Amino acid sequence: MLQLFDFYRAAMKQAILVQFQYRAANYFYMIGMIAEPIIYLAVWSVVAATQGGAVAGYDAGAFAAYYIVWTLVRNMNIVFTPYGWEQRIRSGELSGVLLRPLHPLHYDIAFFAGWKVVVIVLWLPIAAVLAWLFQPTLAPTWLEIAVFAVAIWGAFLIRMMFLWLLGLISFWTTRVAAIYELFFAFELFLSGRIAPLALFPDWVQTLADWLPFRWTFGFPIEALIGQLSLAGLLGGLAMQAFWIGLGLGLVTLVWRSALRRYTAVGG
Amino acid sequence: MDLARIVATFARIGILNELQYRANFFFQLLESAIGLATALIGLSLVFRHTTALAGWTPAELLVVMGIYGVMSGIVQALIQPNMLRLAQDVLEGKLDYALTKPVDAQLLISIREWQVWRFTNAVVGLFVIGWALLWMQASVRLDQLITFGIALLCGVIALYSFWLILATTSFWVIQIESLINLFEGLFAAGRWPVSIYPSWLRVLLTFLVPVAFAVTVPAEALTNRLTGPTLALAAGVALGLFVIARLFFRWGLSRYSGASA
Repeated sequence: MLQLFDFYRAAMKQAILVQFQYRAANYFYMIGMIAEPIIYLAVWSVVAATQGGAVAGYDAGAFAAYYIVWTLVRNMNIVFTPYGWEQRIRSGELSGVLLRPLHPLHYDIAFFAGWKVVVIVLWLPIAAVLAWLFQPTLAPTWLEIAVFAVAIWGAFLIRMMFLWLLGLISFWTTRVAAIYELFFAFELFLSGRIAPLALFPDWVQTLADWLPFRWTFGFPIEALIGQLSLAGLLGGLAMQAFWIGLGLGLVTLVWRSALRRYTAVGG
Repeated sequence: MDLARIVATFARIGILNELQYRANFFFQLLESAIGLATALIGLSLVFRHTTALAGWTPAELLVVMGIYGVMSGIVQALIQPNMLRLAQDVLEGKLDYALTKPVDAQLLISIREWQVWRFTNAVVGLFVIGWALLWMQASVRLDQLITFGIALLCGVIALYSFWLILATTSFWVIQIESLINLFEGLFAAGRWPVSIYPSWLRVLLTFLVPVAFAVTVPAEALTNRLTGPTLALAAGVALGLFVIARLFFRWGLSRYSGASA
């Protein structure tokens, strides 16, 4: 256990140092990503204005807060892409990974977790500019800040494992693009990425409660902008814990049978 | 005449090349279907809460979405692949092969790639426009169709010029991934009429990034909103961007020294 802790510390430190070197490329990427929430924000601000100031409890300031916090949560959501698995398998890169003493999931989690530290630091000035432009109403309590700080890492872990599971399909078939596209389309709506879930019909919200997506996206945002009660905050963290556990179990199970299908050629 | 023959030849070769991969058509169709479903659900979500968005009815917004589909089909089939190839060639030093040909360099680098299956999005977009017009029970007059065609052409020229300017930066910095990311992020703003954006953003989307002229103006032509001055401005911006892009490309080219041994 202590060894694992040492590994994470070293691997994360390495990722932090590497990614700080590429801060310009990181910035470019993060800025390109901002167009999406600004479009949603513009649409919902217009809707709120025509509906007398607010829809489903969100006014212009609340929408601004939602979509500014969105930019950080979206960045926390970026993990190893399922499209990357085909390359890992085809290039034989995986063979090297298998020789290492730890489960490969650890290497991915540690690398991306280190990167996130860099992303959070780079995000702060972007958030300041967006806040100046769009005037969000944001007054979180200490409890909400604490829950948010934990929840963005919970979101990261859940999405890491579910995209890993998706990527493992590559061990069985290479015609995966359509499956991924469908997954991402569902995620777009059921996570709260396109709009706060409160704007959806009730049955969609109920469905979203029972799927992992909203716990990786909408929940951390709602926690910080003050849309949740104490029960909602703690219940959300519990749901995150549940999905992390389930994700871990599934990854362990699927990984074992995936490996049985893997044969490497060449030396 | 020679120019037309060159374009036709490249188009034929490109299309023949793509026809070998027929399975790709079905994946493209599936992707277009998912994209369309996503757009429609997004639209219906907005209209659960309001009856009109900045003066646009649901059917009119469907026209905007359809034109966005047509434009993104053209961009993905023809403009983006050629521009990415330009950036890639500069990176690998392969641009020399294009430059030594006795044709205008800009023309040649703009017609080498034809990813025809990507036109699927454009066809789907046309169907969406047709569906929206039926829904509005609009009788489209001939002069409207002509202005629509002109506006569409201006939009394509403006988008092409914008992409060429982006790709020309490759002579100084190589950021291929970021180029795609940047273009797609900004272009996505065209899914909605530019009148919904705050005024500073609207100016940006009109003159700096030609989203307004590429999508909103053609949509205005079909929904009886387009005025003469706007169309003239669209033509002026398209022409201006084209000249700027051409000059910028030539300047970049003059800095290119090749990478071969």
